[in-house]
Parts: sequence; C-alpha cells; structure tokens
Amino acid sequence: MSIRLENIQYVYSQGTAYEKQALRDINLQINDGEFLGIIGHTGSGKSTLIQHLNGLTKATSGNIYFNDESIYQSGYNLKNLRNKVGLVFQYPEHQLFEETVLKDVCFGPKNQGLTEEECEKRAKEALELVGIAEELYIRSPFELSGGQKRRVAIAGVLAMEPDFLVLDEPTAGLDPRGRDEILDQIFYLHQRKELAVILVSHSMEDIAKYAGRIIVMNRGKVLYDDEPGKVFSHYKELEKVGLGAPQITYVMNELKGKGLPVQTDARTVEDAAKEIIKGLKRKS
Amino acid sequence: MSIIRAEEVSYEYEQIDENGEIAGTYKAIDHVNIEVEPGQFIAILGHNGSGKSTFAKHINALLLPSEGTVWVDQKDTKNPDTFWEVRKTAGMVFQNPDNQIIGTVVEEDVGFGPENLGVPTEEIWKRVEESLRSVGMLEYRNQSPNKLSGGQKQRVAIAGVVAMEPKCIVLDEPTAMLDPNGRKEVLEAVRDLQKRKNVTVILITHFMEEVIDADKVFVMDHGQVVMEGKPKEIFSQVDTLKHYRLDVPQVTLLAWELRKNGLDIPLGILREEELVEAICRLD
Amino acid sequence: MIRDITIGQYYPARSILHRLDPRVKLVSTFLYLISLFIFQSISGYIIVTIFLGVVVSLSKVPLSYIMRGLKPILILLLVTICFNLFLTRTGSVLFSIGFVKITEGGLRSAVYMGIRLIYLIIGSSLMTFTTTPNELTDGIEKLFKPLQKIKVPVHEVAMIMAIALRFIPILLDETDKIMKAQIARGADLESGNLFQKAKAMIPILVPLFISAFRRATDLAMAMESRGYHGGEGRTKMKPLAYKKRDYYAYLIMLFYVVVIFVIGRYYPLRIWIF
Repeated sequence: MSIRLENIQYVYSQGTAYEKQALRDINLQINDGEFLGIIGHTGSGKSTLIQHLNGLTKATSGNIYFNDESIYQSGYNLKNLRNKVGLVFQYPEHQLFEETVLKDVCFGPKNQGLTEEECEKRAKEALELVGIAEELYIRSPFELSGGQKRRVAIAGVLAMEPDFLVLDEPTAGLDPRGRDEILDQIFYLHQRKELAVILVSHSMEDIAKYAGRIIVMNRGKVLYDDEPGKVFSHYKELEKVGLGAPQITYVMNELKGKGLPVQTDARTVEDAAKEIIKGLKRKS
Repeated sequence: MSIIRAEEVSYEYEQIDENGEIAGTYKAIDHVNIEVEPGQFIAILGHNGSGKSTFAKHINALLLPSEGTVWVDQKDTKNPDTFWEVRKTAGMVFQNPDNQIIGTVVEEDVGFGPENLGVPTEEIWKRVEESLRSVGMLEYRNQSPNKLSGGQKQRVAIAGVVAMEPKCIVLDEPTAMLDPNGRKEVLEAVRDLQKRKNVTVILITHFMEEVIDADKVFVMDHGQVVMEGKPKEIFSQVDTLKHYRLDVPQVTLLAWELRKNGLDIPLGILREEELVEAICRLD
Repeated sequence: MIRDITIGQYYPARSILHRLDPRVKLVSTFLYLISLFIFQSISGYIIVTIFLGVVVSLSKVPLSYIMRGLKPILILLLVTICFNLFLTRTGSVLFSIGFVKITEGGLRSAVYMGIRLIYLIIGSSLMTFTTTPNELTDGIEKLFKPLQKIKVPVHEVAMIMAIALRFIPILLDETDKIMKAQIARGADLESGNLFQKAKAMIPILVPLFISAFRRATDLAMAMESRGYHGGEGRTKMKPLAYKKRDYYAYLIMLFYVVVIFVIGRYYPLRIWIF
C-alpha cells in the first residue's frame, strides 16, 4: 500500500488579491508501515500538504495515487480513501461534540456504515489503545482534561481503523508529560499494529526521536527527504530556513569540530551520551 | 520594596455536581508565597493543572484569593478602591493570541487599553507608536491582526499591555500555541522590554528553555510552590524536575546523563557552549 | 469555500474614501440606498452607475474583490429576478410558452430589480471595505448618541458589533476547520433530505458553539484585564471630528440626491421598454 504524490501544486484563493502558492511541485511516496515526520515552520505548507493525502483539499495541478489509483479520477470513492487515510487535525479536541466519550468515538465507524455493536467494539478498542480508562466512556468529553480530550479525539480517528494515520501537531499546547504520553502511544501503535504514521510537528526533538524518515518543508517545497541523521547533518541550512536541528546535533557537531572523534547523528540524549563516552575513550 | 507579594495565598474552586449543588472544593493554589522585586524577570513553571495560571490571574485581580493576600505595588488586590490601579500596574498577556485582540486593526487594538484608562488622545497615539516599536511591530500598525502570524499577534498583545504603561507584565503561557520561531520572537520582545524599560516580567510557562535567563524560577505542582531558585540551581535537579512532569533541555539532560556515567561535568548546565567546553576540558 | 465571503470585511488601502469620517459614510450609504429606489428610468440608472463608478475607483478597492462579495447573494439575486420576470404581468407579452409568459413590465422590473440589488450590495459593502469596524462602530455610537438619553445602551451595542465583526473571520475559519475534520471522520454533509442535512450539521454546530463560548470567556477576561469597564470615562484614540473634506462629501451627496431625484423622475430617457 502506498500514497504517491506527483507534481502537486496548490494555489490558495486563486485569482484574488490574497492569491498564494502553498505547495510547489511536490513529489513523494509514503509507504506502508513507515513512520514519517514532516517538519517545517508555520506557513511552509505542511498542513496544506497533509490535507491533500485524503482528498480534503484538491490540488490545483498534479496527481495523487493511492495504491496506484489516481484519487482524482472521476467516480473515485473519496469516502473510502478517508477510511484508509485517517487525519487528525491540530487541536482535534475542538471537534468533539457527542454527549459521551464512547458515542463521540463511534461517530467515525458509524459513518462507515458499521452496526451499532461493531461501532462500540471498535470505539472501545481505540479508547483502550490511547489509554482512556473505561469509567470515562460514559462521561461527557467536555469534562475531561486537555490531554484526555485530545486522546479521545485521536481515538475517534483510530476507530475507523485506517492504514495511514496522519497527525497534524498532535502535541501542540500540551505539557511535556502529555506530549510524551501521546507520542509514545502513537509510536506503540505504529509498531504493534504496523500502522503507517505521518507526524507533522515543529519540534525537531520529537521528530528525531520517533521518525524513520523526515521530510522538511520550506515555502511549499520539499527541502529534504531523508533519514533523520542525514537531514540533521544539514543543520546549518536548516537554521537558514528558521528550523534548526535538535540541541544534541549542535553539541555533537561542535565536539567533532573540536577534535573529539564522535558520530554526529545521535537521535536521543542517551545515544549522544554513549557516543561521547566512546569518543573520549577513543581519544585517550 | 517588592512589587508583587503573595502571602499564604490559596484559591478554591467549587465543584458543582449534576444537580447544581456544590459537591466539594478543589484547591487550585495552596498557601503560595511569592515575592518579586521590581525589574526582575521571574519564571513560574509547572505542568498543566499545577495552578500556575490560577496564580497569574491573582496578580491582575482577575481572581481574588480565598485565603491570604496579594499585594501589587503595596496595594491589596481585594481592596475595591484600588482595583483599577492594580490592573494598571500589572498587565496581562494570555495564551490564545486570537482571543485577546479586540481591535480589527493592529494600532486600534494597542490603543484599547489606554482608551479604557482615559488617556488623552494625543498621548494614546504616542504610546501606541512607542509600544508597537518596542515589540518590533510598528510597520504592521495598519494591518488586520487576522493576517499576522501567531508570534506577531502575541507581540501585538504585548504592545497592547505595554501601552498601558504597567510596572509589571504577567505572561500566562504566551508561547504555548506558537511554533519555535514565534516563541523566539515573543521571548526576545519580552526580554528586551524587561531590559530597556525595566519592566518586571513574570513568565508562566512549561517550556524550560524559556527560563534559562530568568532571575528566579518558581516551580509549582498541585497548587504549591515546590522549588524556587536561580535557573542553575533548579536545572541541577534533573530528577526532581522529571518528578514534577517538567522537561529538561537536551543539553542539560545530556550533561546530567554524562555525569551519571562518571564524567566530571558540573551540575546545571544550560547552554550548548557550556557543555562543549566542559567536555573538552575533560581530556 | 467559506473564505470567499467578503461582505463586512475591511480592505486596507489609502484612499480618500478610507479617510472620510465614518458618520459621513454611514449617512451617505443610507442616502444612496434610498436614492436607488426613487426613480424608474434609464437616466437615473446612468447617474447611479456613474456615481458608483467614481466612488469605486476612488476607494482603491479592486473591482474583482468587490464582485466576489456578490457571490453569496447570487441565489437571492436569481430568485428576485425570476420572480419579477415571470410574475409581473403588465404591458404586452414579449414571449410565451404554455403558461410561462414574459411581459414588458416583467422584463423591465426584473432588470431594474437585478441592478438595484447588485448596486445595493456594492454600495453597502464599499462602506465596510473602506471603514474599519472600529470606525464604523464609533460612527454608529456617535450618530445614535442622542438615544442614550432615553436609556438605549448605545455604547454597549456598538461594542458588541465591533467584537462580532472582529470574530466573524475567526469563526468562519474555525467552521472550515471543523467541517474538514468531520468530513475526515466520514461525515456526509451533502446528501439526504433537508432533515438529514440539518442533522448532519450537529457535529459542526456543537463544536462551533463551544468554541465561540470559550473565546467569549477568554475575550471578556482579556478586556477586563486591560481595564475595560464600559463606556464611562473612556477616551478615544481616534475621536471623530469632521474635517473640511467631510463637509464637501455631505455637499456632494446632497447634490447627487437632488440630481437623481430631478433627472431620474422628470427627465427619463426612454429606450424600447425601459
């Protein structure tokens, strides 16, 4: 299974004073079961890009293929595509509307035409996956804490059992613990259910920790598309476009510059520490 | 003489059950003691629900303590006679940039505060220009706030407070909804104000990297102040910070990790250069 | 889709129209709207068209932008035209198939009404394009100030209007986002009968209301913390004071109304049925 984008261009408010090209010539392929990080600052086109993946926004030109079938051909079942490519928006808790947590999570499956029991079964599974305790199922979603609400909203998309899960800044506004909980859970899902995850973020540190591949967006274009270590080796260029690399990348590069024999592609603090210790031993 | 003094301040929320009756009370802040000197840059850290925002609202008299007293520039916030003076002394910037901008044009929004204070027209224009310049937003004065980025909107909100000429600015998670660039912009604007205008700044946040330049840091948890001290002192206690669900910058964490592995790295490293230097000194 | 609505939005530019006192613009718009209905002749339409053309070019708002404002009223426009076209039965019959008859009078009033409606929208949106909501509400506040004596809360109403105008684009944006989010969850907003469609709106309306309330609470707090305590003791950053150009504008308006009244009524140009 794959999503393939070919020469995608997208222009906002075409033909008006506010015309703006949001995406320029995007070519990329997203494969089954991968963990893809998309990074870029506000206005780089990353949010627009992901809305193309399930056909919510239609490209001005270019084509998108889901399993080698163009999603723009006439008669293509977009609803079906949206079941396969689940999209979690920024601040997804703002779309909660039902009386109870369980009912809200059932909304997606219900729209898929499943029976009541199936919906509930799926909803319960999804809620369990995101770590919402059973006694909360009958509560109003509006009574929950911020982090809980967000997890319920993510469960609402998971219950549709997509093959690709796209998340637009799922940790915005959460505190560090809330952030780690959600990202760890998403990573766990990715591993256990072989779910392909596309994580949009502006935190280099988060992306470095989880993603197997990173796409850097700048001014509507793909600037880099590579594994994290390689992308971060361009930290100077990243800085020029206002992004920068994780702090440890700087430290490692700095150390290397000062003659300490270390690899600079460490992705977590633990790896960096090990590498430094190794480097110090090598030197002495 | 302190500009803000909170003495044994507690605030209780009433929890209301389905029948509309009081089911119990919840202490959002619990016997807090905080003192701030004029011109200081103070940071209050804590995770969501730690009580830090509730405390912030006390400084502006948006909330009044259930117990204890808050003095703002020697004025008790509970005293109805000095109520507006307290608000004039301590301005407040909130988290969501969209929900605190009242004007539909940048300069009109900045003028809103002075208008409320009854400042004469000419003086309002002077203040608006000055405060927009101080946050680097003067060139956007005739724009609609809706067309600005998050960081720019927050800077307009700050200018709106600065135009009221407060002695103290309380920023309640001003960067929580911004991207890294926006965060940097806002922080720089705030630091600049504190330095050049000698305004007291109280920054409420959960981003640790924003507080490394603070004069003093308070950490709140469960409504109580659980740690206080200079950033270096706070950041040397990585385990305690983790316990309070706070994040430590990667460099600090790396230094701590290396130290745990027996390397001779000093405690409380905050900057990349410091760490690199410390490591280089090892061999 | 929702972004296309331009009615009620301010268009930043530096033009003489932007600089006029909002009271002048309010009164003028009112006079202009009345002027649209006091004549029934080609000569009147020529004068209105010239007048509107001059004002539009003075405003420095691009014509295409103004025209976009007509989009949301397209249906209303078509309905009005059709009603007039098919239901007015005066004068000789120009065209008929079965029971559908188009008469001279029908065609005339359809064309007249269509133009009037378009001019009405253009005229009034020009006012909002060239006047910031703050100015607008200031203007309204000052114009209606005498009503305060009979306990009409003029300041409060003006403030409510200003805030509403400020939040319209934000809430439209939000609606767009919520709609997309629910469509991504498989919501079907288009098919079904009217009742089903209304029901399908619940997942959009509930979050929208909740968000509006949350914003209202936040805003109230922000206003309070910035010292807002009603209209009393407030000064103005941009106090309204008539300048020379404003008096000229009033004079021009007066002249325009007189001209259109006299020429439109007493010197009608007659071409064919119009």
